[in-house]
Amino acid sequence: MQARHWIITAAAGVGGFAVAALLIALTITSQQSGQAGIASIGGPFKLVDDTGKPVSDKTLAGKPYAIYFGYTYCPEVCPTTLFDLTRWIKKLGSDADKLNYVFVTVDPERDTPKLMHSYLSSFDKHIRGLTGTPAQIAKITGEYRVYYKKIPTSDGSYVMDHSSMIYLMDAEEKFDTIIAYQENDASAVAKLKSLASAPTS
Amino acid sequence: MRILSKLVLLAALIAATPAAFAQSGGNAKIDVEKPYARATPAGAMSGAAYMTLANETQTADRLTGASSEVAAKVQIHEMKVVNGVMKMREVAGGLAIPAGGSVALKPGSYHVMLMGLKKPLVAGQSFPLTLTFAKAGNISVTVPVEAMGATSGNGGMSGMSGMQQDKSGGMGKMEMK
Repeated sequence: MQARHWIITAAAGVGGFAVAALLIALTITSQQSGQAGIASIGGPFKLVDDTGKPVSDKTLAGKPYAIYFGYTYCPEVCPTTLFDLTRWIKKLGSDADKLNYVFVTVDPERDTPKLMHSYLSSFDKHIRGLTGTPAQIAKITGEYRVYYKKIPTSDGSYVMDHSSMIYLMDAEEKFDTIIAYQENDASAVAKLKSLASAPTS
Repeated sequence: MRILSKLVLLAALIAATPAAFAQSGGNAKIDVEKPYARATPAGAMSGAAYMTLANETQTADRLTGASSEVAAKVQIHEMKVVNGVMKMREVAGGLAIPAGGSVALKPGSYHVMLMGLKKPLVAGQSFPLTLTFAKAGNISVTVPVEAMGATSGNGGMSGMSGMQQDKSGGMGKMEMK
C-alpha cells in the first residue's frame, strides 16, 4: 500500500490537476450512470478515533458519511472547512443524524487522539477525528486518492499540503460526490441532504 | 501662577502625547490597516492574522518577519488552493510592498502565520503583533480576534456584525472552555 500511495502522490505531483480531473470525471460518471457510487475511491482502513477507540471502514458502514482529510496545525483551510461543515450539519436539522462525519489527519505525528479531541470540541459534536500510524494514514489516503505532502519551514517545523475537498460516501462505502473548499451553503447542504435520503440498496 | 502655568503646560503635554504618537504613526512608511485574526479551535497550535499593508512612500519595502507574545514563531506565508490541493509556503525573502501600493493579507492568500500558539485566540480578545519591514523597521499593532470564518476585521473590539455573531453562535462551545 505504501508503494501505491507513493505512485498516487507522484502522479498528483507530476500530473498537476490529475486528481481534480479524476474526481470531476468520476463525479460526472457517477451522475450519468445514476449509480450511488464509484468503487475506486475509498476502501478498507484501520484507525483510532479522537477518544482512542479503534475505528475501521466497517464502523462507518451502514450510514453514508462525509470524510475530510486535514490536520490540526492547519491555520486556515481545515478550521474553515470544519466551521463550514458545522454550519451545514446544523442546517441539516433532523437529517444530521443520518450521516457520519469524519476528520482524518494527514499529520499523524502531531495529531494525537487527545489533540484532535480538544480541537474538535470547537466544532459540531457529530464530527469524529481519526488518526493512526503514518503507515495507516498512508493507506487510507491512498484508498481515497488524497494528496498530502510535508513541507519544511525555516524554523525546522513543517506544514502540510493536502487535498482540500470533503468526500461524500454512501452507506456501502461507495463514492458519491465531493464538496469543494468553501462551496456555497445551498449546494453543500443539498448534497448532504441528498446523501442522507439516498435509499440503501 | 508659575505652578499653575507649569501644570497647564504639563496638561497640554499629556494631552498632546497621544496626538503626537498618532502623528508619528501617520508618518510611518507603512500603514497597517484593519488587522484581524480568526478565533482558533481549542488546542490549535496555529493561527493566522490578516491585514492590508499600504506603502505610502515612493520606495518599495518588504515585510521580512513578525513576532508576537502569543506564538513561539511568526512567519509570513502564502496559501493557495490549486486544483483542489491546499498548498502553503513561507514567503521567501519577505513580502514585497510596492512603492505607493498596498498588499492585502487575507484568507486564501498571504497571511501572518502564528506557529506554536501559547493559548487559543478567542473572539473578542486581541493580541499585540510586531511586524518587521526592511525599510520601515518595526511596527507594532493590536490585532483583534474575530469569529472563526470571519473575512474582515471590524476595526475594534466591539460592533460585531450580525453575520459574525451568527457564525460565532455555532462556536459557543469553544468560548465556554
